[in-house]
Amino acid sequence: MYHAISEYVPVLILLALAVGFGVVTLLVSFLVRPNDPYPDKLSPYECGIDPFTTGKLQIPVRFFVIVMLFLLFDVEAVFMYPWAAVYKKIGWYGFVEMFLFIVILLVGYIYAWAKGALEWE
Amino acid sequence: MTTVLPVPNLAAIGPEILVTVLACGLLLVDLFIPKDRKRAVGILALAGTVVTALFTMRYWNYSATTFSGMFVVDNFAVIFKEVFLFATAITILISLRYLEIEKVSLGEYYALMLFCTLGMMVMVSAADLVVIYIGLETMALSVYVLSGFMRFNVKSSEAALKYFLVGVFISGILLYGIALTYGVVGSTNLNAIAETIKLKGLKDNPVLMIAMFLLAAGFGLEIAMAPFHFWAPDVYEGSPTPVTAFISVAPKAAAFAALIRVFVVGIGLMAPHWQVLLWVIAALTMTIGNVTAALQSNVKRMLAYSSIAHAGYMLLGILAANTTGLAGVAFYFFAYAFMNMGAFGVIILLRREGIVGDEVDDFKGLAHTNPMAALLMVVFLLSLTGIPPTAGFIGKFLLFSAAIKAGFYWLVVIAVLNSVVSLFYYFRIAQAMYMGEAPDSSIPRPQGAPSLTVAIAIVGILTLFFGIYPHHLVELAKASVTTFIPFL
Repeated sequence: MYHAISEYVPVLILLALAVGFGVVTLLVSFLVRPNDPYPDKLSPYECGIDPFTTGKLQIPVRFFVIVMLFLLFDVEAVFMYPWAAVYKKIGWYGFVEMFLFIVILLVGYIYAWAKGALEWE
Repeated sequence: MTTVLPVPNLAAIGPEILVTVLACGLLLVDLFIPKDRKRAVGILALAGTVVTALFTMRYWNYSATTFSGMFVVDNFAVIFKEVFLFATAITILISLRYLEIEKVSLGEYYALMLFCTLGMMVMVSAADLVVIYIGLETMALSVYVLSGFMRFNVKSSEAALKYFLVGVFISGILLYGIALTYGVVGSTNLNAIAETIKLKGLKDNPVLMIAMFLLAAGFGLEIAMAPFHFWAPDVYEGSPTPVTAFISVAPKAAAFAALIRVFVVGIGLMAPHWQVLLWVIAALTMTIGNVTAALQSNVKRMLAYSSIAHAGYMLLGILAANTTGLAGVAFYFFAYAFMNMGAFGVIILLRREGIVGDEVDDFKGLAHTNPMAALLMVVFLLSLTGIPPTAGFIGKFLLFSAAIKAGFYWLVVIAVLNSVVSLFYYFRIAQAMYMGEAPDSSIPRPQGAPSLTVAIAIVGILTLFFGIYPHHLVELAKASVTTFIPFL
């Protein structure tokens, strides 16, 4: 049981450090800073214009398409990093695997392109 | 140092590769086909599905485990893959004209259907909880889109959104069940889970019991078993009718197959616990399904509740945990695919320009306006009720006799009483067809498209054929569950 837990001790230390850092920072600044609030200081942005509507607007669905495409190809790139790091070790087999993976994504890319998902009318 | 990657046996996933290539190919081909000729994509998809089904047959008695034990090909997987491919082929046949009437004849429909089939095929071959989850998501995401395919129809969009929200929620629950199992056992591989439970004597572990509940809930959504059946009537009613036919058969079969694999192979030693759980669920599912179905006036909703009830009957097969029961489930899914898709096919036949045709009243006088369709509908209704000489009777007989053999007498009594209730509502349709007044002749007679007629005829003949000569299919079903004999 002890051995099973000991692997996670660094994680526990990191957690304690992260929480401690936040608490200590807030506490110290609360103790040393002068307390002098006035309306301008309490507004959400100290410079720029005040917000005049709520943020709940209708957003064109086009944004979501772009976000989805971005995510898709972003994740593809992320997946390629570990592959590139061990590329020499896994050899031809790894190359073919990645090639197939990209071909499948390419089908999606061609489809999205042909359907006009990349155009902003 | 060179790391040698374990090279998987790619021959084992031949059918899956074929379906993937076909679906991706359809997406690309679709780009070059003009808007009014999308039927061609459907015909291409149909041809591909038939080829894949024939190719998959060659995997009968081909047994292999590959991808580091995550993927198995055995007869059980093959027989269920055939159910999916059959359901896909029939769905494509009944969709061709329907999509044109609904003005949503798009090529993506067929590609999505094949991606869904791919997910289900992965699901039944998975020997690892994570792979099951991947298959489930591939299937579910495609089905969400398909159920909202008539996107200018409010009911269809509502169906898709409801299905999506419930599905995402339940897939979270399933993942939690997988996580807890991994936490206790230290593996997601079903064989490794069984091994660890045996070695460490974990069969009464409370955390594992919670995991069992969560896994049952996760699969229970697709199966539409109580208490996770609430989405089914709304989704079935709102979805395009061919999609309803599809989701009432194929995803249900996939979830059942995965449930069997997880419960029998993975946590088979916990059988005394899950038998209690499934006893209660089965009794609830069939009673709620049948009693509520009797109150419906919309045939699609009625068949939705009836499909919930059928899930309850099929749970008897898992509950019994003997070869007859599991073979009964496999057989029942074939019978269910024939009769249910046939019944939905007749509803599609009633869909004409300007007439929706999914109310019981729309069936009035069908015996006069289209006697052949009415006759086949009676066959499907007989089969759904479980009356000989239909495949539905043989399926029910196998399931009930397996449950009797395992000693669940009271549950069988409940199931038989439920069958009597089901007779009442199924025959309301028959009564409307044969005794109802035909509508005035100004309304166009229901006349099916050639593809639809072929589909209904095929499933009608198969329903009768396997009702009269069930021997062959029963033997196949029995051979398919030999994988599980060491675990029973």
